[in-house]
Amino acid sequence: MAQPANRPVFAPWNDPAEKPLIRFQNVTKKFGEFVAIDDLTLDIFRREFFALLGPSGCGKTTLMRMLAGFEAPTSGTILLDGVDIAPIPPNKRATNMMFQSYALFPHLTVWDNIAFGLKRSDMPKDRIPARVEEMLRLVRLEKFAKRKPHQISGGQRQRVALARSLAKAPKLLLLDEPLGALDKKLRQDTQFELMDIQEKTGTTFVIVTHDQEEAMTVASRVAVMDHGKMIQVDTPDRIYESPNSVYVADFIGDVNIVEGAARPNGDKYAIAWAEGQPEIAATSADTIAPGTKVHFAIRPEKVAIASERPEGRANVIEGTVSDIAYLGNISTYKVEVAGGRMIKAQVANERRLARRDITWDDKVWLSFTDTAGIVLQQ
Amino acid sequence: MNRRFSWFNATSLTLGFVFLYLPMIILIIFSFNSSKLVTVWAGFSTKWYGELLGNKAFLDAAWVTLKVAVLSSTLATVLGTMAAYVLVRAGRFAGRTLFSGMIYAPLVMPEVITGLAMLLLFISIGMDRGVSTIVLAHTTFTMCYVSVVVSSRLVTFDKSLEEAALDLGCTPFDAFRSVTLPIIAPAVISGWLLAFTLSLDDLVIASFAAGPSSTTLPMKIFSSVRLGVSPEINALSTLMIGIVTVGVITASLVSKRSIARQRAEEQAAARA
Repeated sequence: MAQPANRPVFAPWNDPAEKPLIRFQNVTKKFGEFVAIDDLTLDIFRREFFALLGPSGCGKTTLMRMLAGFEAPTSGTILLDGVDIAPIPPNKRATNMMFQSYALFPHLTVWDNIAFGLKRSDMPKDRIPARVEEMLRLVRLEKFAKRKPHQISGGQRQRVALARSLAKAPKLLLLDEPLGALDKKLRQDTQFELMDIQEKTGTTFVIVTHDQEEAMTVASRVAVMDHGKMIQVDTPDRIYESPNSVYVADFIGDVNIVEGAARPNGDKYAIAWAEGQPEIAATSADTIAPGTKVHFAIRPEKVAIASERPEGRANVIEGTVSDIAYLGNISTYKVEVAGGRMIKAQVANERRLARRDITWDDKVWLSFTDTAGIVLQQ
Repeated sequence: MNRRFSWFNATSLTLGFVFLYLPMIILIIFSFNSSKLVTVWAGFSTKWYGELLGNKAFLDAAWVTLKVAVLSSTLATVLGTMAAYVLVRAGRFAGRTLFSGMIYAPLVMPEVITGLAMLLLFISIGMDRGVSTIVLAHTTFTMCYVSVVVSSRLVTFDKSLEEAALDLGCTPFDAFRSVTLPIIAPAVISGWLLAFTLSLDDLVIASFAAGPSSTTLPMKIFSSVRLGVSPEINALSTLMIGIVTVGVITASLVSKRSIARQRAEEQAAARA
């Protein structure tokens, strides 16, 4: 299907007139002395597929459970559609949750599981069967309506859980590690299915995950969390290309981090990173005071590797191949440069392995442009 | 059974079973004795069973026992399940440790003491002793057994099932009724059965709590035996053994079959 050229980009977070569906205002949540959420402010917009990403214990699940109503903030307010949801119990909220364990009711059939919430809503009784059928069609489980949860496979259970949480057409669907229990192949298929369903139903999705690839795949925006704080909230490409801190750069994907002292050099910066080596030339949108200690972050796939010294590149560093990881589609070369530092370079394997001209202990030249990396001050 | 079935294993097994079942087998055999003398075999007869059915005192006692057992085990199941639910679900509240210790104390309390305490209570509040006092006393001492059985099931219960029910619009009570209770039902039922059995054969506590018009079957048997064992009692005991055996075998067959079916279905689902 051809898209019209002037298709509007979905970016309500850039539109100051757009009202957020969810607003966290200075929310703090403590469990005893432990601070799970630390003075957090965040807007999530209608029809967004919002991913909360972070290591376990970073507070992402707590944030979601506060939206569902299973936890109350210690201080601060959470607004859903402009209404403070703190006094509303979970059974009265216009949110539904898909649990990590799926939490399907084992004593009910697939059909009754999906109808469970509808029977407790104000939907007229005679309209419930049609809605359940619609949900079964959405997740392609029409044939399994009469089965009990233990009579279907893991992937099917996951779809029942999704159908059950979508049946009441919530304003907001919360997904807690929804694909954690599936194997990799099924997970990838299901990710696309999730995006498809999200688009079809127009529901706002908030997904909790510790799988960065999953967050990047499905989300319109990703929030990287650590120790109860939002480190960065941005679109997947900006999180990857322009991380705002070493933490985010390191958490998302593979990265080389080089420490050094920066000094302005024309409209660029020069970073001294090892004695006797040419400084790294880099650009930065921030102003950096001369002599500031910075971290220069560059993704391995943006570093080129060659056995001859390349011409006309902004940065060229000499090194020795110390290790090669062959991953089929790509190979990662670990190259030892001045001061024993390792820099990884990633190359797509366009040629067959036998014709590869770089091998262990070879002297090589790493090169990258002055806009390939990013200068981080924190 | 193969070569690992050594003479040692065979002996232990035989000894164990003889120890457990010889007394009962003798009792069953002599219940079919035609002689009035309990220990002298005089030929096969079922006349004691016939006489038992005509013995009003025994039948009344049996009826009292059944009433007490049904009422007290039902009451104990309700209270015990509630207590277990609070202990497992309510998290840490002030006095939780004390409460959980106290609910299990009657398990190890000598029955004589429980019985005496109940008796003193009934006297001091001026309650006439009868069926109702036995029911109360039995509820008190069987409730903790129910609570142990139910809480062991609740501990392994996935809490997110209840959260899912709340999330889908249930009130906390509705969530308990429509999700928690159906899932823990087997534990609640076995708790009820346990309480029922305990009440059925309790002699000590019932003796303290009973009044003149409310003799339970164990009390009746015990007092009759003190005047000499009659073959009628053998017949009665045989009937009780029969009922218990049928009950236990049925219960284990039902649960075994449902587990086997569930396993088969899970395997079928995994293959699909």
